[in-house]
Amino acid sequence: MAFLKFRVRNLELMFITKYIKEIFGAVGSLLKGMRRTGYYFTHHKEIITQQYPDNRTTLNLPERFKGEVVMPHDEHNEHACTGCTACELACPNGTIKIVTKFDVMPDGKKKKAIDKFVYHLELCTMCNLCIVACPTDAIKMAQTFEHSVFDRNKLTKVLNNPGSKIREGIE
Amino acid sequence: MWNFSDISNKIDQWLHETFNPTLALIFEMLIAGICVISLFALLGLVLVLMERKVSAWMQIRLGPNRVGPKGAFQSLADTVKLLVKEGLTPGGADKLLFNLAPFIAMIVAMLLMAPIAFAKNFQLWDLNIGVLYLSAVSSISVISILMAGWASNNKYSLMGAMRSGAQIVSYELSAGLSVLAIVVLTGSLSINDIILSQADGWWIFKGHIPALISFVIFIIAVTAETNRAPFDLAEAESELTAGFHTEYSGMKFALFFLAEYVNVFIVCALGATLFFGGWMPLHIGNWQGFNHVMDYIPSSLWFFGKTFFLIFVIMWFRWTFPRLRIDQLLNLEWKYLLPISMFNLLLVTLIAIMGWHF
Repeated sequence: MAFLKFRVRNLELMFITKYIKEIFGAVGSLLKGMRRTGYYFTHHKEIITQQYPDNRTTLNLPERFKGEVVMPHDEHNEHACTGCTACELACPNGTIKIVTKFDVMPDGKKKKAIDKFVYHLELCTMCNLCIVACPTDAIKMAQTFEHSVFDRNKLTKVLNNPGSKIREGIE
Repeated sequence: MWNFSDISNKIDQWLHETFNPTLALIFEMLIAGICVISLFALLGLVLVLMERKVSAWMQIRLGPNRVGPKGAFQSLADTVKLLVKEGLTPGGADKLLFNLAPFIAMIVAMLLMAPIAFAKNFQLWDLNIGVLYLSAVSSISVISILMAGWASNNKYSLMGAMRSGAQIVSYELSAGLSVLAIVVLTGSLSINDIILSQADGWWIFKGHIPALISFVIFIIAVTAETNRAPFDLAEAESELTAGFHTEYSGMKFALFFLAEYVNVFIVCALGATLFFGGWMPLHIGNWQGFNHVMDYIPSSLWFFGKTFFLIFVIMWFRWTFPRLRIDQLLNLEWKYLLPISMFNLLLVTLIAIMGWHF
């Protein structure tokens, strides 16, 4: 019996210590949060707001800001797109449509290549899945964001330049 | 040096010389009423702007900075917008109660102004139960919220109002108990006596740790009572759209908005009075020289400085902490704040009886 009483008292003690510990823990974590906001309140250089139309020339965009999908071309008007349609399959809302053609190689063989890389900017949600899916890093996200036009047909873009072809050595 | 008590005394003298006593009293009441209303308007403008700026800076934003120099006229422009908007009464609403509710919220806030001492010898009504009056009248505000929620005939409003009712009724308890701690130390319920008892140091310093604990409990409880985040379940923008004032628009909404900010001012003024000595300058025991230097700062400046500091702390809470769930809210009150404040009250009573405070 005496042992049982001791157990009960011990449990009560544990409850009280837990209760008090909880209070101090709560106050401590709340103060931690307040220290963070207090730091931001006093350090105005941390402010990330861009006063956009005013600072158009000196705009400071974050690294991961995504504006539209582009296909980089090098100086020989060559891109890295093989037309594998991985991006088209990855796109959740049908933004990308790849039209392929067959190039005739010098040795007479036919090779699949892109004719048109059609990109519907008006459907794009900038989710970045196409860029992740691309095996040859042919497309990337650009930081341009002033996309407003008066005719929505202008938002349907062909990303590969006219007359461009795939870079040598990319399969 | 000019101060508020001189001005009020001069006006009082002039009125009594010019008119008979009854007329002078009526004029004085009118002047006091106008002063309170203009203070309301001013507080609304200043506090809304302050809140927006404080919130912006805490969230690494800029805040309003277009209207006027550094956005100083933003709240003025908002007020003009609210004034010209249509005050719509929904078809299914209880018209009388719906239109009455914002005014009750406002009248409660006005009544609460009465016993606050703004400066030395500058108080509308020095009644001997000032603290009791404040805690009693402030709980009427729940009626206006319930009225608004019920009369709107809207589920969101009703839910917000019911939550607010549960919240205010439960937090009134610990707010009252933490106020009682100072009343025990002072031995008086009069606001003026409480301030005068802090002439040799504010209670937060004189009352040792129990005063500090009761101050923390007080500031938590009044944040809940004024329905501000992290206890803004009555409004809960993300879940109840706007809670009890979902259906309100235009000036009727503005009255609720204004009442909220005035209530914040009043509870902070009460906190400053109880724990930081109201208009009493920072006095330390018997340091005559130091106390004398502190007396040169006008008492009204002391009062408003302390009050605005506490308002800033409450805003700091709002823009740091996430909103509590209703069960967490009631747990916090009934399982933590209430037992702690009861225990704390015992401790304070012991200190007061043994004379351990300074």
